[in-house]
Amino acid sequence: MGTKKKPDRWTILSFSVLGLFGLFLLYPLWGLLRQAVLSSGGELTLDYFKRFFEYRYYSSTIINSLKVSTAITLVTLILGIPISYFYSFYQLKGAKVLFVASLLCAMSAPFIGAYSWVLLLGRSGVITKFFSDYLNINLGSIYGFNGILFVQALKLFPLVFIYMNGAFKSIDNSLMEASANMGTVGIKRFFTVILKLAMPTILAASLVVFMRAFADFGTPLLIGEGYRTFPVEIYNQYLGDHGRDYNFAAAISVIAVVLTSAVFLLQKWATSRYDFSISAMNPVEKKKPKGLMGILMHLYAYLLVGVAFLPQAYIVYLSFRNSDLAVFLPGYSLNNYRMAADRLLGRSIYNTLVLGVGSLALIIVLAIIIAYLVVRRRSLLNNFIDTLSMIPYILPGSVIGIALVIAFSDRPFALTGTAAIMIIAWVIRRMPYTIRSATATLQLIPMNVEEAATSLGTSKPKTFAKITVPMMRNGIVSGAILSWITIVTELSSAIILYNNRTITLTMSTYVAISRGNDGLAAAFAAITTVVTAISIIIYLAVSKSEDVQL
Amino acid sequence: MSVVITIKNALKKFGDNVIIPDLSLTVNPGEFFTLLGPSGCGKTTLLRMIAGFNSIEGGEFYFDKRLINDLDPAKRNIGMVFQNYAIFPHLNVRKNVEFGLTNRKLSKSAIRTQSEKFLKLMQIHELADRMPANLSGGQQQRVALARALCIEPEVLLMDEPLSNLDAKLRVEMRSVIKNIQNTVGITTIYVTHDQEEAMAVSDRIAVMNKGVIQHIGSPKSIYQRPANIFVATFIGRSNVVEGELVIKGGIPHMKLYDYEVAMPNVKEEYRTPQKIQISIRPEELSVSRETGKGIRATIKDSTFLGLNTHYFMQIDSGLQLESIHESTIESIISPGTEVSFTVNAEKINLFTADGSANILEGVSNDAVPFTNVASRSHVAV
Repeated sequence: MGTKKKPDRWTILSFSVLGLFGLFLLYPLWGLLRQAVLSSGGELTLDYFKRFFEYRYYSSTIINSLKVSTAITLVTLILGIPISYFYSFYQLKGAKVLFVASLLCAMSAPFIGAYSWVLLLGRSGVITKFFSDYLNINLGSIYGFNGILFVQALKLFPLVFIYMNGAFKSIDNSLMEASANMGTVGIKRFFTVILKLAMPTILAASLVVFMRAFADFGTPLLIGEGYRTFPVEIYNQYLGDHGRDYNFAAAISVIAVVLTSAVFLLQKWATSRYDFSISAMNPVEKKKPKGLMGILMHLYAYLLVGVAFLPQAYIVYLSFRNSDLAVFLPGYSLNNYRMAADRLLGRSIYNTLVLGVGSLALIIVLAIIIAYLVVRRRSLLNNFIDTLSMIPYILPGSVIGIALVIAFSDRPFALTGTAAIMIIAWVIRRMPYTIRSATATLQLIPMNVEEAATSLGTSKPKTFAKITVPMMRNGIVSGAILSWITIVTELSSAIILYNNRTITLTMSTYVAISRGNDGLAAAFAAITTVVTAISIIIYLAVSKSEDVQL
Repeated sequence: MSVVITIKNALKKFGDNVIIPDLSLTVNPGEFFTLLGPSGCGKTTLLRMIAGFNSIEGGEFYFDKRLINDLDPAKRNIGMVFQNYAIFPHLNVRKNVEFGLTNRKLSKSAIRTQSEKFLKLMQIHELADRMPANLSGGQQQRVALARALCIEPEVLLMDEPLSNLDAKLRVEMRSVIKNIQNTVGITTIYVTHDQEEAMAVSDRIAVMNKGVIQHIGSPKSIYQRPANIFVATFIGRSNVVEGELVIKGGIPHMKLYDYEVAMPNVKEEYRTPQKIQISIRPEELSVSRETGKGIRATIKDSTFLGLNTHYFMQIDSGLQLESIHESTIESIISPGTEVSFTVNAEKINLFTADGSANILEGVSNDAVPFTNVASRSHVAV
């Protein structure tokens, strides 16, 4: 029985998935690499790389990106770990509000936050003006390194917060008591026991924050000014003032991917040194915060989340203000929304929904198949598929954008400018969330349950449809919502791939911002923010758990 | 509907790793048959080969006269109960029980009638609309059993169904399972590593070790006349000591140090002086405060367990033995006391020096005679 082998439908599926990855992931990456090392005459050349490293003008972009991302990662850890500690070990008042608000910040479109900060703290921002006009205090600049650090750290610390909550929750009370028993309590216990136990999670959170900061396109574009980072440079080379240079953009992309891969491997190596996992039978019971410490804890938590949440709230507020193109006027109306309705609002929403839902449907189908292959049909081929499906983690959005343009601008796959290429980009970029979530869920489901169905006389396809998929449902749904949210807020690949027909909400927002039409921009940004917020609330209702897998 | 299960020369390999070299057995119609052995002995592997979840590398598996080797697991008409119950978490109790029936062309009302019958039989009728997450372990086990039986399978397979339950519930569920099996009269193969559980439920037990069946027999025969030293030590507790077989006046005697006991029930072919292993269960030792008869020993420790009192004693040679006595009103023998003990010759078992065979008469073993693995390389792969 075990000796006869015919290609069953799962093997066929494995190869189909492999084919899709080959065409839409590996082929574009291969094209990117070719473009980076071939001259216009088609000869092998390293000129583009030489140019990049010879001119500080270019090479500094990578250095800048590394510097600012590292700084952001450190600051998010410093901001995020304490709030998570307070949240996990003490009964903070309104803890749920803190959590949901943080999640909203983390999942919002990055450039919308940056834009809102410009309106608050920019050269003519409300807060800047208030301080200089009434208090005669110069608040300093929101632009450049400090600005990117400020905006991104406030946006990304919730990731650390959410990750660390999971880790702190899995510290067993007995470990705390054991260390107290041996005389280690308070701040010493925090550093020698609690943080050490949470180290794998700290590293995981650091990687996620670093990758997001490193690949972020919107924030440095809006407030980077002289401080040039590489995702912006890729975009400039692709569609810059100095004319298009695909080869050079490709070369920068290759360098960026090498760097992100290196960081990824470095993190893996660091994590392997903390090769343990913790799970709590008796989680630590939350204490009531008392006295001055209690007040300080609340103050810290609310201030931090409040400041982080400010730009979201402000942009929604602004969207209802009267405006005259570039200037907000006194009084409130729906004029901004009326204006937006004239400027492709309908098409933007339509495209966001249709392209988003289309991408999501593909993502879900792929995720179910891949999760099943990886968990239930372990083989070398399927492990390879698993690895491939995670590659997008280390690919900045602008790199995916440029790779797809290079791969699909000519025959036989002339897809540039179509809706299809947007969907492809989103599926590639946002698929890992759903795959990971579906895989994790399936791993928890014992094989026996499917065997039970089989022994009751159920055919294999019916078992898959009636037992396996329904049991994976929660994992699929929560992963899919995360994919959805990141699709709705997608900018970096869309900006390279979109055109007037495939414009989305985020792109309309961006176009309005870049044209200095603040009222219009606020309306678009507010709609995007609200769509994101609703998605997150649905997510929290569905997943019924705070262990968000980002 | 009761079938005979026949397995001939089963072979199981994972890669180059032989799990079951060559196994044959027959399970009678309606029998409650248990595969018992330490973890890793291949009992679950064998069960899953019968169910169709593990491939069969060699040999033949029959339900009655039907060869099932290549039959799709979904078509074997087997009811299976899993260690972790494997209840469908997204379906309520009734839907779980009815699940197998929906694969057959049955009317809604027929399905309903059938599921009602088994819900009532397993006494989970009032739980019919609950979701599995709201059930206790024992209740889930009942659902799993109802679901398996509801399709009226020809064979019921159970893979350590009670090992996830707490001790008290385990004992309770044992009799539930035994009673249901009796009522339905279905041929059943049950896997467990708990020898007490095996004895409580089984008509016959197959004791397995390293993929080889050591002994097949009724609980009584396996306990009282184990086929080899492995079975003697795995089933219940045994003190195993090395001794000699001597012939005095034509009658075989077992000799332990200076202590000799006549053993008229040694088989003809073993009646020659030789080294042997003696297996004495704790209750087969009687300890006396009077020294002189039997073997001298010193009490090292004792455990009072209410019904019984356990004594741990040491012979002069350093060997430690355990004995069990019904507790008495008089005081427990204190550590350090010199005692002597004798054995109940009717009950003890004698084995060849290598422990591979019981040399006494009365061993009832349905297992195909054991030969060593190396000589079986002729088995078709």
